[in-house]
Amino acid sequence: MSESKKWDWDTSEELIATPSEWKTKFARVQEPYVSPDGKKVAAIARNEDGTYTACVNGEAWENTYENMWNLRFGPDGRLTAIVSEAGEWTLAVDGVPWENKFAYVWDTKFNEDGQTIAVKIQQDTRYGLAVNDQPWENLFEHIGKYVMTPDGQYMAAAVQAVPLGQAEVFKFKDEGTWTVAVNGNAWEKIFTNVWGLDCSPDGKHVAAEVRMGLYDYTIAMDGEMWPEKFNCVWEPVFRPKTSEALATAPVRAAGKWTLAVNGKPVWDSKFVQCWHQTYSPDGRKLAAIVAPSFGQWTVAIDGKLWATTFNELVTDLTFSPDGNRLAAIAKDDGHWKIVVDGTPWPAMYDMVWPPVFSPDGSKVASKVEKGGKYTIALNGKPWRECEALWNPVFSPDGKKVLVRCIEDGKYYRRIVPISEF
Amino acid sequence: MAVPATKLKEKKEIIDVGLEEGAARLTYERIEQVINRVITAEMAARMKVYVDTCIHCGLCSTACHYYLSHGTPEWAPVGKVKQTMWEILEKKGKVSPEFIKRASIIASTECNVCRRCSMYCPYGIDVAYIMATVRRICHLLGVTPQYIQDTAHSHSATMNQMWVKEDEWIDTLQWQEGEAQAEMPSLRIALDKEGADIMYSVIGPEPKFRAQLIYQAAILMTAAGVDWTMPASPGWDNSDMAMFTGDFEMMGRIKRTHFETAAKLRVKKIVMGECGHAFRSVYDVGNRWLGWKMPPIPVIHATQFYYELLKEGKIKIARKLKEPVTLHDPCNIVRGRGLHEMMRYLVNATCENFVEMYPNREQNHCCCAGGGVINCGPPWKTKRVESNSIKAEQLAATGVHICIAPCHNCHGGLEDIINTYKLNMHTMFFIDVLMKTMEIPDALKA
Repeated sequence: MSESKKWDWDTSEELIATPSEWKTKFARVQEPYVSPDGKKVAAIARNEDGTYTACVNGEAWENTYENMWNLRFGPDGRLTAIVSEAGEWTLAVDGVPWENKFAYVWDTKFNEDGQTIAVKIQQDTRYGLAVNDQPWENLFEHIGKYVMTPDGQYMAAAVQAVPLGQAEVFKFKDEGTWTVAVNGNAWEKIFTNVWGLDCSPDGKHVAAEVRMGLYDYTIAMDGEMWPEKFNCVWEPVFRPKTSEALATAPVRAAGKWTLAVNGKPVWDSKFVQCWHQTYSPDGRKLAAIVAPSFGQWTVAIDGKLWATTFNELVTDLTFSPDGNRLAAIAKDDGHWKIVVDGTPWPAMYDMVWPPVFSPDGSKVASKVEKGGKYTIALNGKPWRECEALWNPVFSPDGKKVLVRCIEDGKYYRRIVPISEF
Repeated sequence: MAVPATKLKEKKEIIDVGLEEGAARLTYERIEQVINRVITAEMAARMKVYVDTCIHCGLCSTACHYYLSHGTPEWAPVGKVKQTMWEILEKKGKVSPEFIKRASIIASTECNVCRRCSMYCPYGIDVAYIMATVRRICHLLGVTPQYIQDTAHSHSATMNQMWVKEDEWIDTLQWQEGEAQAEMPSLRIALDKEGADIMYSVIGPEPKFRAQLIYQAAILMTAAGVDWTMPASPGWDNSDMAMFTGDFEMMGRIKRTHFETAAKLRVKKIVMGECGHAFRSVYDVGNRWLGWKMPPIPVIHATQFYYELLKEGKIKIARKLKEPVTLHDPCNIVRGRGLHEMMRYLVNATCENFVEMYPNREQNHCCCAGGGVINCGPPWKTKRVESNSIKAEQLAATGVHICIAPCHNCHGGLEDIINTYKLNMHTMFFIDVLMKTMEIPDALKA
């Protein structure tokens, strides 16, 4: 949001480039990606000589590479791609490769402002992270999921710290081989498994879902397990805007799921399923996707259910910035829907993308697809159809929407007043 | 063709460290506690119905390839239930560690949970459910064959069944893409392409041992003009041996990863490779443990996908295979999903001379590899092959040299049978047949 204040919110239409013409410049061109501010459109392109480059607004990067994949813009508008040269891999940022090269590189992540970029690396069959071109000092047997704090100062990853031989089943389950590494430094405690994890916003605490042996699931925070053990758990999140370290996770006991904070249940309700718990930005409300009965899905806010249920899927739970409203994607009888505060929009789609709230929370917009055409729907009302489209962005005053779209092979950056929806 | 050997003389003792060590750690108290917890907290009402309903008629016997191959009552489905669940229930869990070891052997290596016997039972008793519950008890007691337990550990650590590391997976896809581009320059295995129509998912052995299947799938997708992607993160493997060890919590985690990967990519459909047990896990068992009545993102097996491509004219057959072929109906996609007529359409569309094996369709004999039995590893291989001489007889009777089997475990099991009984056959996946018969548009050729 702070970054978007600097963007151009006045030019109603800007033809940025014509990606459909790039096919004449290169042997092959892949699908396009656009920058958050909409000023750049880029695609991986293959030259006639078999080398790869990125084409940005019609101009190729100066450097070419043996291979290239995972083209992604960061929040600050820099363009990254994973590239290989002479059999080694690294990350290229705006066309310039990092100095450090590795046997393999994957899973690019950015912090909130995009100034910190991390990737997983493998070198000499040892695994870890490289952050802004600096590999972790300690590498491990393998690496699983990783997260970083919004300021990009802390990274936490599930890592396999102990080697394991073939079919060593008792060592795996009795002694454990996995732990958590924070900025490359592993916890002392070793677990059988470590999966999803979260950093507290200030980076002082890390919580992870772990299994000890084959049956005891719990959350470990800063290397210490909750005393409570469960039949199963899902990944924890920290409550924001508090000085306390409050790790919150779905836990399963006696065949039912609920939410626990630091090991203690916080909701009286129990569910067939409960996951993707999310705090409102101010940390005061807690919501989760739940199945109150088999095959029926909805959202619970502070333990209270939406009145409507959906029979296939609920996903992408999103709080408004003020925390007063909640939206999600639902699938019911084969149709995709946007649901806001428990009420689905009347229209049904072939696919929908995560809903976006206006800064004051009064409006919701979403990219939607029907019959192979894409549009933005705002509070359920569709804009015009496009060949391709990216997620909408509200202006800081909430009166306009940045629409990044391709029409007739041309990529446009448009600023659309909400009155046009 | 050689005539298959028949009838094992006696059961040989097989040493499996997972069972020996696991049983050695047990106490009577723990066994009783775990069993009674499963009985009171996990067993569905249908277990009681099954136990109360069975009239001990033995009609299930002739449904079972173990019984048909060995010929003695302990191999019959009802015999296996008698030796395990009836005893467990009758003694209210007061059974010995040795009993649990034996129960694990029966449930994990003498039953493929293929569900053929359910069709022969006058009451439709689901013996596979009973055997799966025995496996669940054995899992909770830590008495599971070593190799399948190791596979379940692989699932837990990597979300795939072959300890394939994340970089190895992506590297394999890029390797296959590069190879295939020599044949079809415009081909691309798009990684993490959000909004593609289809996510294609495979099982761990494909990148590990059968990478050519990924190559072939890429050729097919490109020829058909399909908008598809493969995930560059865990969630690409649709298989699930945890389902077969009874580690249902891990099964759920694996399936959640698979479906949430597809949901994150905003695909409309998942197409999975030619694997039977994986289909059972995504379509029937794992999704339901999580609370989804049906898969939240539609999943179709590769054979249905090929069928639809052919029917819609998206791929065309340029030439048919001339050699006679037969077709093995995999349990999980035939008894479990009813894809047998689509498969026959595929065979007839691609092969000039189709010889049915008998029995066939939902009556077909299991390969004896599925249900996690082949995953119990080398110690159990001889027993597994000797326990399916009936399959060897069935294959030999076709008189053909090619057996199409659209399932990975079936492939492994049938190849072992073919080699052991010297049947002079080889197996093919449907994708192998399509690669030999499909028309490749000139515009796509190198």
